[in-house]
Amino acid sequence: MSTTVAERRIAVAAQRKHSLHRSRMWALWGSYIALSVFVVMFLVPPFYTLMTSLKSSAEISAQTGSPWLVRHPTLENFWYLITYPNFQRYYLNSIIVTILTVAVSMVISVLAAFSLSRMGFWGSQTLSTGVFLTYLVPPSLLFIPLFQIIGQLGLINNFWCLVLLYPTLAVPFCTWIMIGYFSSIPKELDEAALIDGAGYLQMLWKIFIPVAMPGIIAATIFAFTVSWGAFLYPLAYLYTSNQMVLTVGIISDLIRGDVFQWGKIMAACLLASLPPIVIYAFLMDYYVAGLTAGATKG
Amino acid sequence: MADGTSVPIDVIAPGQVRARRNTMQRFAQRRSTTGFFLCLPLILLIAAFVIYPAFYAIYLSMLNKKMTAFVGLGNFQFLLKRHTFQLVIFQSCLFAVTSVVLKAVIGFILAHLMHNIPGKNQRIWRGLLLVPWVIPLALSTLTWWWMFDPSYSAFNWVLNQFGIDNVPWLGVGWTARFCTIAVNVWYGTPFFMIMYLAALKSVPEQLYEAAAIDGANTIQKLFFVTLPMMRNIIAITVLFSLIVTFADFDIVRILTAGGPQDMTHVFATYAFQIGIQSGDIPLGAADSLFMFPILAFAAFFVLRGVTRRTKEIAA
Repeated sequence: MSTTVAERRIAVAAQRKHSLHRSRMWALWGSYIALSVFVVMFLVPPFYTLMTSLKSSAEISAQTGSPWLVRHPTLENFWYLITYPNFQRYYLNSIIVTILTVAVSMVISVLAAFSLSRMGFWGSQTLSTGVFLTYLVPPSLLFIPLFQIIGQLGLINNFWCLVLLYPTLAVPFCTWIMIGYFSSIPKELDEAALIDGAGYLQMLWKIFIPVAMPGIIAATIFAFTVSWGAFLYPLAYLYTSNQMVLTVGIISDLIRGDVFQWGKIMAACLLASLPPIVIYAFLMDYYVAGLTAGATKG
Repeated sequence: MADGTSVPIDVIAPGQVRARRNTMQRFAQRRSTTGFFLCLPLILLIAAFVIYPAFYAIYLSMLNKKMTAFVGLGNFQFLLKRHTFQLVIFQSCLFAVTSVVLKAVIGFILAHLMHNIPGKNQRIWRGLLLVPWVIPLALSTLTWWWMFDPSYSAFNWVLNQFGIDNVPWLGVGWTARFCTIAVNVWYGTPFFMIMYLAALKSVPEQLYEAAAIDGANTIQKLFFVTLPMMRNIIAITVLFSLIVTFADFDIVRILTAGGPQDMTHVFATYAFQIGIQSGDIPLGAADSLFMFPILAFAAFFVLRGVTRRTKEIAA
């Protein structure tokens, strides 16, 4: 009697284990299928960008057949843009503005984060909260008074105004990320450095920056993303093509009145999205870690 | 990456160390002075290009169109009476709330699906799903515009295949509103997904085991374990996104420029139109200041979460 009960128990347990395994498998495959649906939905616009960019103007204006497929793929749109002086100018301006913005933002935010995470001074707590608050002030609230201020500085229609303004978008959040990373460095390290006679800047340069490198990378990517993709400031403050950056240049140059050169516009979008895509492809993990580190701690 | 133990030995200066030990107080003082100077660039930048413009906006909003006379709250009154501006308020709230809710829900579902699949594959799937968020918004909105094109567009072609007539996507008020929200959801969902995924990963496995022993089913686990554990991050992400979505400019500007009959204008695009394009800077400033109450409201709650975290770091 007792043996049969035991046997039955084992059988039931085995069955349960089996069904558990099976339900896990179902959950896994269900997840894959659902995710694929989402991936397809999310990738429709980039796919369509690519398809359109490979079409000739004639094929687009013919308006026959499926617009989702390209029948006579051609690189003429890309070639046109690469050899088009205005487009080269936008690209160059974007690169200059972005590099300078990233450099300025990183210097400012690393110095500030070092100070805020280690050297308490009067009001430093308030300042670090205030820095975060400024991140919550959106550019669309400030662009009108800034239009006047930039005008008074004589920088309207001059892409150097972006080098002044973009850091305000990047610095608060970069500082915030860096404070998080710097605070996680054990205090024993800076004590050791101080005892060895290192100055503060030496301490920052030789200990903090190398140890917090993942945070530096995350903050740099953030600054890059912000200054590469910003649209409102350049649209409001730049109006001649020799000063424009990519985001506005593409729109104002390739759309003339009612004439949309969609093939060229799409090719330009692809070329302009290339740097962010390449950077994210390699450094996504750092960026995601930097973004989520702050949030999950709280 | 240096491993911290490699503190440079060559910078030792014994005399300096002794001098520094003498007066702890002076040391602390110098430390805070240095600290202040390291923060100075940040303070100057924010003071010059965030705080000063914010107050300047308040001043500007109280001037007349030619900026010669002080009109008090006249601009605000004028705006509130205008039908277009009432549409702007409605559309801004509709746009922000609907988009954020949709983003939060879809992001939550995606994070769960992602959490189910093994870690090695997760990276690839995450990369694919993050694509909308990686492309600069102004550029991807151009693609959407092209797909919404009324005559020979991607979507209308698909509809035609099923025998449905062309839809004037951006030409009719409510459809256009729907389109702006759809683009925003497409762009913003990946952000919610990665935040929620990180939160899901930080929930200790023991809690689920304990719940399972107590006989909880999947839905109970979701409501009594997952959601309470993620409450904080959900709140912060939603508030954060609410601010960003509320202040959105790119999508509406490119997709509809406020059109049909000003039905898709949000605060930012309307401020751009009256302030920069029509040259009525005070009115534009007044318009964008209307964003302030809701931003302050959201900021207050974000700040509460943030100070909690600051205390944790200090502790």
